[in-house]
Amino acid sequence: MGKTLQKIKVSKVNEMPKNLGKTVTIGSHEIALFHLANGEFRAIENRCPHKGGVLVEGIVSGDHVFCPMHDWKISVKNGEVQKPDNGCVKTFNVEIEDGNVYIVL
Amino acid sequence: MAKQKLALIGNGMAGVRCIEEILKIQPDRFEVTVFGSEPHPNYDRIQLSNVLQGATTIDDITINDWNWYKENNITLFSGETVTNIDTVKQIIYSDTNREVEYDQLILATGSIPFILPIKGADKKGVTAFRNIEDCEKMIEYSKNNKKAAVIGGGLLGLEAARGLLNLGMQVDVIHLSEYLMDRQLDPTAGKMLQRELESQGMNFYLGKQTQEVLGEIDVKGLRFSDGEEISADLVVMAVGIKPNVQLAKNCGIPVNRGIIVDDYMETGIPNIYSVGECAEHREMVYGLVAPLYEQGKVLAKRICGQESKAYEGSVLSTKLKVSGVDVFSAGEIFEDEKAKSIKEFNEWNGTYKKVMIRNGKISGAVLFGDTKESNNLLSMINKNADVSEYLKVGTSGEPSVSLVTSMSHEEIVCGCNGVTKGDIVTAIESKGLTSIEEVKGCTSASRSCGGCKPLVGDILELTLGADFSKSNQKESICTCTTLSRDEVVAEIREKNLTHTREVMNVLGWNTSDGCSKCKPALNYYLGMIHPVEYEDEKESRYVNERLHANIQKDGTFSVVPRMYGGVTNPEQLRKIANVADKYNVKLLKVTGGQRIDMFGVEKEDLPGVWADLDMPSGYAYGKTLRTVKTCVGENFCRFGTQDSIGLGIALEKKFERVGTPHKVKMAVSACPRNCAESGIKDLGVVGVDGAWEIYIGGNGGTHLRAAELLCKVKTSDEVIEITGAYIQHYRETANYLERTSVWVERVGFDTIKTIIGDKQKRNELNQRLDEALSVLQEPWKEIIESNAIQTGLFQKVKIPAISNK
Repeated sequence: MGKTLQKIKVSKVNEMPKNLGKTVTIGSHEIALFHLANGEFRAIENRCPHKGGVLVEGIVSGDHVFCPMHDWKISVKNGEVQKPDNGCVKTFNVEIEDGNVYIVL
Repeated sequence: MAKQKLALIGNGMAGVRCIEEILKIQPDRFEVTVFGSEPHPNYDRIQLSNVLQGATTIDDITINDWNWYKENNITLFSGETVTNIDTVKQIIYSDTNREVEYDQLILATGSIPFILPIKGADKKGVTAFRNIEDCEKMIEYSKNNKKAAVIGGGLLGLEAARGLLNLGMQVDVIHLSEYLMDRQLDPTAGKMLQRELESQGMNFYLGKQTQEVLGEIDVKGLRFSDGEEISADLVVMAVGIKPNVQLAKNCGIPVNRGIIVDDYMETGIPNIYSVGECAEHREMVYGLVAPLYEQGKVLAKRICGQESKAYEGSVLSTKLKVSGVDVFSAGEIFEDEKAKSIKEFNEWNGTYKKVMIRNGKISGAVLFGDTKESNNLLSMINKNADVSEYLKVGTSGEPSVSLVTSMSHEEIVCGCNGVTKGDIVTAIESKGLTSIEEVKGCTSASRSCGGCKPLVGDILELTLGADFSKSNQKESICTCTTLSRDEVVAEIREKNLTHTREVMNVLGWNTSDGCSKCKPALNYYLGMIHPVEYEDEKESRYVNERLHANIQKDGTFSVVPRMYGGVTNPEQLRKIANVADKYNVKLLKVTGGQRIDMFGVEKEDLPGVWADLDMPSGYAYGKTLRTVKTCVGENFCRFGTQDSIGLGIALEKKFERVGTPHKVKMAVSACPRNCAESGIKDLGVVGVDGAWEIYIGGNGGTHLRAAELLCKVKTSDEVIEITGAYIQHYRETANYLERTSVWVERVGFDTIKTIIGDKQKRNELNQRLDEALSVLQEPWKEIIESNAIQTGLFQKVKIPAISNK
């Protein structure tokens, strides 16, 4: 039984302001989808490894999001927590097609 | 080459710190195995009293989480106790019949609490205060029991007692000596401490020896040797600790009080070392973190085969972690024929200072009430400074840079995070750091309590020498820039910059997009400078201000509608009740600012909640005017001399919504009884017969400060005029996130008073404020009416589970 990847449409590009996030729940996954300043979309698990803060509400700067609970800095590209804190969150692949945003699961 | 096998017995602060040091020097040389009896990763035992006192949580005190062990390829056997060591074959045996070979072995078994060998000490409800389980047990007991007795009036006992008070218990402290902390304090300081703690609600039995714990199965009380009995549901024994040396002893490792080690932490058996509370060095056993970290460093170098300075012992210093009490003690504290003291006792302020001098050198100190000089004194004691130096520096009050000069590189500067002077110097040199903020970011020094910040600054100055520039020490906005707030604001005005990215670009930010500190700050400054033209950047706002609600720890929000002056009516209350029912509000809470907070609202429900409420936002999340708290005033109160509600509502209606550097709270009381607590507000008004007094710079929060009387005026209109000028001056000159209490102290009360007292300046300030006020919109209404904002900011996407075959 192999796993086939599924592309799930979650938003439209023009419905998401830049430097902000959107909460996307797919089944049991709660995902923070970000529209970055450079136009890219990135998706990570919506849960800070520190205290479970909702990352989707954080301030986005470049490739990083700052957790709104205690200001942990997390890369939205690889999910890594930046020093001096430690940890990692899951990342998800995002694809854009015809102005639509898809998350690949 | 096969890795060497390094084993650590004891998964506590001292041992694991030593492993960290070893990994820093030679990350790949060893295959590391750690045994720990406790079922937790390494945590900060020192913080347990803060956990008990409610200042932090157990989750927050983990130093190395499970991942750390994994990431560093360390095999951890937690909840497992080593039962024997074959020191010849070099094998460790544990209580799960595990056998682990070692090439090098570190014993860091710590210490065990001393339980008085008295009758009844084994009853249910008797506990020590040493580990997470003890802490949890005390918290559990406090839920269903009233009375606690703490045996031991030392450091640990008093911290435990304070914690139990915070947990709502009545607390008796029983102490053998006639005064508290008799190991660290002299009778004068001990008595001062007692009075302070009594005023906090502790009850003391001094000079009492506990003879028996009373009760059947559960604890019921204590009996003292003089026959007196007291009742208690929980007994905490905090009478001391003893080195945990049983294992070492059984295995033939030479032990006295602790495991005997030399200056390189080597025990009497080859390839076995010891650090921490279990080790005895030059007949001293240390129970404080700084010496243990020093030992760890020396041993790490030794094990890695590096040349290292010998460990030569440490001077003991103590601070009591009880909020509101400042106590410090270091080195020797008692006078004798050879040791003399200089004492300063100020009964009025409740401060006491004793500095000990032996053979003309500073040898110890006790401080009570004011511990600002503690770092300074500790440093002098450590380097055995001449009394003349103390007299020279001591009177100036400011610690001089020369003090950090004499610190050795191994000396701990930041006790919270175990950062040495050497760590800081290396970071400054190798990474070219120039500010305290950068040092904090790289080394974690001063990241926790911040007490060592002045020392870090001194080290920076010392290390950079001629390159040190005071201008770098101005507080930059954040680590993205070296510019200070004033410089940035001046540049925005001069170059007419109009949005945050532009500011970052033109002023040479070292990041392309800023960070969570500078983005909101720049957004504020731009809005303050160009109130009409500037378009607020939602993405540069902290979530609460972006979504106009208060985020809670579970990701839901709370909603606080405006109730001007704290006055409501049946219609409003009905609406709130209906909304609470409709949206399944989890908690309705009356706030400190006299309104109603509705908790547990989902983000996507917020626009609906606001539409149904049809009330303006109370800005409970905003850096703006929060509330104007009022007392009931002359219309009902028999003491009221003025219409406090009327003025409060007028102030709130006039100044609501305008952005300020930090939140602003106001109050209006109708008489000096001050029921609205005007004395601890950013602006407080107090009615007296025929006049209003205006107070500024008060704060009831982290920076507790009494407001100062700015002026006295006759009419409500004058109050509003003064308030307008005050708010605008604060808007224009304070740092972002600087409360008025701090701002007033920084820029000077008299300066502010002069500016606001100047009629022309006052008018100009009010004009500029009116301009800013003129363009403000009610935010909830704006969102209800905009589909674009609702889609972009409030909508969540929900997709049911997908099939995944």
